Amino acid sequence: MKGKRIMSSILIIIMVGLAIYYTLYGSQGWYDPASGRDLLLRTWEHIKLVGIAEFLAITVGITAGLLITRSGLKFLASPVTGIANVGLAIPPLALVAGVSPFFGIGFRPGIIALFIYSLLPVLRNATVGIEDIDQSVIESAKGMGMSKLQIFKKIELPLALPVIVSGIRYSTILCVGTAAIAALINAGGLGQIIMRGQSVNFVSLMMQGALLTAGLAVTLDWLLSEVEEKLTPEGLKLGKESE
Amino acid sequence: MIKLENVSKVYPDGTEAVNSVNLEIKEGELCVLLGPSGCGKTTTMKMINRLIPITEGKIYIDGTDNQELDENELRRDIGYAIQEIGLFPHMTVAENIATVPKLKGWSKSEARNRADELLELMGMDPSEHLDKYPVELSGGQRQRVGVARSLGANPPIMLMDEPFGAIDPITRDNLQDEFLKIQEEIQKTIVFVTHDINEAIKMGTKIALLKVGELVQYSSPAELLARPKNQFVRDFVGTDRTLKSMRLMRAKDAMKPSPKTVRLDSEVSVIQKKMKENEVDYLIVTDGSNRFRGWIRAQDLEGDVGSVDEVLSKDVGSVSRETALSDALSVMLEEDVANIPVLGKDNKLEGILTFNDLQEVIGETYTEEGGGRQVGS
Repeated sequence: MKGKRIMSSILIIIMVGLAIYYTLYGSQGWYDPASGRDLLLRTWEHIKLVGIAEFLAITVGITAGLLITRSGLKFLASPVTGIANVGLAIPPLALVAGVSPFFGIGFRPGIIALFIYSLLPVLRNATVGIEDIDQSVIESAKGMGMSKLQIFKKIELPLALPVIVSGIRYSTILCVGTAAIAALINAGGLGQIIMRGQSVNFVSLMMQGALLTAGLAVTLDWLLSEVEEKLTPEGLKLGKESE
Repeated sequence: MIKLENVSKVYPDGTEAVNSVNLEIKEGELCVLLGPSGCGKTTTMKMINRLIPITEGKIYIDGTDNQELDENELRRDIGYAIQEIGLFPHMTVAENIATVPKLKGWSKSEARNRADELLELMGMDPSEHLDKYPVELSGGQRQRVGVARSLGANPPIMLMDEPFGAIDPITRDNLQDEFLKIQEEIQKTIVFVTHDINEAIKMGTKIALLKVGELVQYSSPAELLARPKNQFVRDFVGTDRTLKSMRLMRAKDAMKPSPKTVRLDSEVSVIQKKMKENEVDYLIVTDGSNRFRGWIRAQDLEGDVGSVDEVLSKDVGSVSRETALSDALSVMLEEDVANIPVLGKDNKLEGILTFNDLQEVIGETYTEEGGGRQVGS
């Protein structure tokens, strides 16, 4: 964890530093790089895209993912995780492009595309997190007279939590990258800057957008790793160390 | 305490796992459900705490039909230990053991004290282990904690599904011994599932041998060895029945109490006279408080003998009342003697075990078909 902190900080400093460098000294002939104000605006848009899509994905994904591990719906668990896994094989570009014929272009269609894509890892990990718990643990809990709700709250959830959070982390990073592509359907965000740079073949613009997108991904990854670490029960951490 | 009446289990796909089993387990008994895999022993056990719903029949616990009780309440009053242990990896040893006490609403300190007490009972140092996580324990320690956890709220009944199954033979043997000692103290009514005949003989007050869902024989281990009901039982018990019954029987079952003795301070002539009277050429020598001191042989008394103490054979084997006959036989063979004293506390002489007694007792358990003498428990 300490190593990750150091690496992440260094990467973030380098990326943001370079982005600032391109903003200040990136002019080339007639072309000027994006202004600081413009960058902040696009970054905020990007965060909004990711934030809203992730919020929806987490809400729907965890609820659905946990629901299909309950005894009555268990038959759904493996088909759903299967679909989620296959769904993740679809390239983000294809998904983003596929959304616009149905929902048009702009911020909302962008959110829809991002939501669908971010949902899959969250859903999958919520289900897998529960399903992967050692059955003997559940059986002994049952045998000792814990109610279904008690088993869920005191055993299943704490044990699945690290897997669930890791799904959220993976989904968020994926979402940051996909959000850049969502600029294709004019959803806003840092992707717009990259695309603008690409259309006129101007390196400074492309670098500004790319560096900040990467910086955002690394930052979120780091923050969510910290959350994951916090939520992992002590007894499970020890297990990982000894393995 | 526990009574199974025509208990059957048929799964939705038509598989008959258990077929009309009748069984009565008395308070304080350890009943072993024994049989090959697929014989329905685990299913039978799990119907007692309703982890598996019963298809037909009734199970009474202390006279109450278990279907009439709330299933979670029922389970909280029945200790449950399984082979895979199933300790909660995110909880400490103390928290694991306190599971049922907490469910029953004990206070934190009560639960903690109970965990402390149980670890002590299991031979683990509480101060060292209470706050450890399961992953930090060895396999044997986990099994111990598993058993401790099942004893958490001091349930009168325990269900144990191969609780010592997943560990190496030496540790298993130790755990079995320890558990028997604990059971002597706590006197729980236990249903113990195993496929291991040796474990069954060692642990059981009674053994219920099952074969594809049917109860074939329900009797004491000694009875099962001595009088197998049919070929299936005979095959399951194995060809080394003799050895098994010898492991099961104790020195106290075969010894002769109050053997002929002489006192350490007796005159040589008195001893010789006593030997002649009893037509033996050896006698046990004891002191004033009936403590075993050694053997005296007729040939040692020939010639000029000052005191008995000088010619006493002191360094000979002995056994205690609880020594298994198989071990007693080993001692005889090692020491090359046909008689060994059975000693109690402080070397008090309790009786004598002879090679002939051994043969007789073992022979008896085979020859007398029906109505024979009960050995073992």
